[in-house]
Amino acid sequence: MVTLFTDPFDALFNLQRALEARTEGDWLQNQTAGQGPFPPINVFQQGDDIVAIVELPGVDKNDLQIEAKENTIRIAGKKAIDLPEGVSVHRRERIFGEFDRTLSLPIQLDPDGIKAEYQDGILALFLPRSERDKPRTIKIA
Amino acid sequence: MPSAQELQVQKKREVEKKEETTVPARVFLPNADIYETPNELKVVLEMPGIEKDKVEINIEDGVLHVEGRLDLSKYAGLQPLYTEYNVGHYARSFQLSSKIDQSKIAAEMKNGVLSLTLPKVEEAKSRTIQVK
Repeated sequence: MVTLFTDPFDALFNLQRALEARTEGDWLQNQTAGQGPFPPINVFQQGDDIVAIVELPGVDKNDLQIEAKENTIRIAGKKAIDLPEGVSVHRRERIFGEFDRTLSLPIQLDPDGIKAEYQDGILALFLPRSERDKPRTIKIA
Repeated sequence: MPSAQELQVQKKREVEKKEETTVPARVFLPNADIYETPNELKVVLEMPGIEKDKVEINIEDGVLHVEGRLDLSKYAGLQPLYTEYNVGHYARSFQLSSKIDQSKIAAEMKNGVLSLTLPKVEEAKSRTIQVK
């Protein structure tokens, strides 16, 4: 399915629907340690490659550690919230602590081509498929 | 005070509205920390993926309203394969109890977290009263 965002009025709705349709899909079911450990990850396809988008608001870039190997990717780090002392707290909804998550992908990755970007609290991992994993056209002799 | 406790995923809560919008898209509530110091009220809101120029803050009739609009262009050309969270705009309102000096409100956006500093007006600050 190709999601097109041509109509600006329907774009968000279409994206939300597309994301919802894939929620709790079984694509990675046997490979991850159950659904939904922290942090939540969305996985997208972009051509031959995979883009993983992780929601991590309020994490320092230097506290993030990303490792890649063959077809797995590990995201570890800590989220710290420093509350000044002597304040009276009205609401406490944000969570903090350490996290460590490994994601297995059904493709072989090219570890040298992986790019990670952290911006506005979103970690985007660009995971290119390794050359030998790409489909080849076979000519009939 | 970070602890070693394991982080649990927080399910996104949707904004409940009295009115319906013309566009059927969803809006989410940002997670908030609110705390008070003797001189100011601090409101910290998590809005991952929202750029700082897409945030709107206003105070009207003692109600603080914060809105963050998501830039969808980053999702162009991406096909979802497996998802664990949904995305959308963020919006949340708070009824403020103390008197706020509206001219001195400061906002800062960092790593998807919006920090609002709302200074109290002079008469709203707490005073220690000496017993004679």
